[in-house]
Amino acid sequence: MKLIFTTTGTDWDSKMDPRFGRTQFFFVYDEESDKIQTYDNTAIENEAHGAGPKTAQKLSEFDAQVLITGNGPGGNAAAVLQTTGTEIYVGAGEMTVREAYEAYRSGALKKFGGV
Amino acid sequence: MKEIVVLSGKGGTGKTSLTASFAVLGGAELVVADCDVDAADMHLLLEPDFADREDFHSGELAVIDPSKCSDCGQCAAVCRYDAVEVIGGRHVIDELGCEGCGYCARVCPDDAIENIEQHVGQWYRSAIRTGSTMIHARLKIGADNSGKLVAKVKRMAREAAAAQGKDWVLVDGSPGVGCPVVSSLSGASLVVLVTEPTVSGLHDLRRVYKLVKMFGIAAGCIINKADLNAKVSRELREFLENEEIPILTEIPYDERFTSAITQGRTIVEWDPDLARLLGDCWKKITELAGDHQI
Amino acid sequence: MKVAIASGKGGTGKTTLSTNLARFMAESEPVVLVDLDVEEPNSGLFVAGELFHDEPKYKMIPVWESETCSLCGNCQEVCNFNAILKMGDRIMIFPELCHGCYACSELCPTASLPMQQKPMGELKHLRSGALDFVESRLMISEEQAVPLIHQTLRYVDESFSPEVVKILDSPPGTSCPVIEATRGADLVILVTEPTPFGLHDLKLAVDTVRRLGKEFVVVLNRYGIGDDQVEQYCAAEGIHLAARIPNQRRIAETYAAGKLLYREIPEVAEATDAIASLIHAHAAGGS
Repeated sequence: MKLIFTTTGTDWDSKMDPRFGRTQFFFVYDEESDKIQTYDNTAIENEAHGAGPKTAQKLSEFDAQVLITGNGPGGNAAAVLQTTGTEIYVGAGEMTVREAYEAYRSGALKKFGGV
Repeated sequence: MKEIVVLSGKGGTGKTSLTASFAVLGGAELVVADCDVDAADMHLLLEPDFADREDFHSGELAVIDPSKCSDCGQCAAVCRYDAVEVIGGRHVIDELGCEGCGYCARVCPDDAIENIEQHVGQWYRSAIRTGSTMIHARLKIGADNSGKLVAKVKRMAREAAAAQGKDWVLVDGSPGVGCPVVSSLSGASLVVLVTEPTVSGLHDLRRVYKLVKMFGIAAGCIINKADLNAKVSRELREFLENEEIPILTEIPYDERFTSAITQGRTIVEWDPDLARLLGDCWKKITELAGDHQI
Repeated sequence: MKVAIASGKGGTGKTTLSTNLARFMAESEPVVLVDLDVEEPNSGLFVAGELFHDEPKYKMIPVWESETCSLCGNCQEVCNFNAILKMGDRIMIFPELCHGCYACSELCPTASLPMQQKPMGELKHLRSGALDFVESRLMISEEQAVPLIHQTLRYVDESFSPEVVKILDSPPGTSCPVIEATRGADLVILVTEPTPFGLHDLKLAVDTVRRLGKEFVVVLNRYGIGDDQVEQYCAAEGIHLAARIPNQRRIAETYAAGKLLYREIPEVAEATDAIASLIHAHAAGGS
């Protein structure tokens, strides 16, 4: 399983970014290979409008099955993620990446209701 | 990090006065972010020093280079905003009309149009008299607040809080129901709704709460000028009860608010009774927002 | 004759003045009240009347025709607003982000993005005696007020003769919507209150109307509360203070109940009368 986290940094102890559209980084974790990949999304700051769908489009390139984030995407971004069938879990906005992963594993995170 | 966002659909409900009061009650422990950029008034009560400032750009603006332009008029033909004017036979862009879509530059055969980033205002990082930091911004006339600017102000506030080891950010949210409000809400731990029992107050509260609900963020409500109208007050209470929004406090119609503002002070520094009332309210807010308190 | 009622800050009494002034003037002449605060239109809460006309208002957005599309991605390249994205083998369009610039549509090599109407709000026209009331309401998911304000003003221009007094209840602030609402006005009335907040926002509003080159006057609401800084500022700047509406708890209560003030409170009737006279004088002298 490949998971993707919205984060403020690039390691397991980084804080999560509670925002979806304007998240600073993606933290991609591949459980099978135990490999980590990160993506710097800070250029999204320059978008006046429509950060959500743009970030969702970028995210789709990583082929992750699960997204773990804080508040969850807005309507437009959720629509984009729906086309890729990504499962979305929310409520991890205040955790570190490690804590968020553990919370996901133990079933403590809420599944996002969708559009 | 906990982020408390104060919102009210309608203007004039006392949102900014109350946010400034909470900034005083939270003191040095919280960083303040003023995202009500269209009517940014909090600086009048918190005395920021405008220590660090930076230009802010948002969106684009078309500019025609007269030395390359052959005045063929193709730009004017494709512009849907009537933003290309012909003055003395030369084509120029009307800055207030241009939406920055970039279409004109794409069709210009002379390559005479460039899209430049539009300078829309400045944002500031200030020390304020509560012993803390405030992030705020000022827009140029005709410039719109945007999700981008709100996100910037909030991010700088979070960074300032993190750098100073503070766990709380207090946000004066944007009005309306558009993109800036969505950006104000994003990442919030708790929304404090400020309303008044007037027909328009209730009407706007319903609209803005729809958004809060969509994002699934916990909310509480402050009823200001609570004794103005018994009938609307009942309707307001019914609405809050049905939506299971707790009432954080009720403040009677009180002209002491205005006397305090006139002296450049918040109400909690001006009137002991109201200070007690709002002190209790602030305690409730911090309890609702997180396990630990300030 | 178009009179825009505006203010830098919300909650200073813009809508209260607009509705009272319109009803007051309509007792002796035809008047059109237009609510241009399309994101939060509230004038209608204070004006009743019979529905004369209503119509959906549209903006133009592209629609994707998948059969002819070659998935070249040019549309997403040319869109400056992130309103159109290519996701795998489909094109997604986000109508509320679209500014209707036509670039993606007209620059599409296979003409697979024709523009189509999409509702962005609703215009209502009510009539009660000599008062016509026009309001537009932006749909909650829509973000751009300017096109709806533009279309509403066009409806007003097409429906009424130029001489009729039109009172435009404008959105608050100094951004694009208020500029769109006031740029066609013959006179702007700035409503403020005698507090530091009121003064600060009045200065921004004055800068805005000066930049637009508009004639303007100031009405001081909640007079008696706060301080005299607004009056000093107006005197120093040579700005005409057209009326002072006193601060009374009874006014706030009457407003809260959704009632008209000038019928209940003599001081408001007096102030409203003074503003109406000013509008008449301006109409006689200006045009």
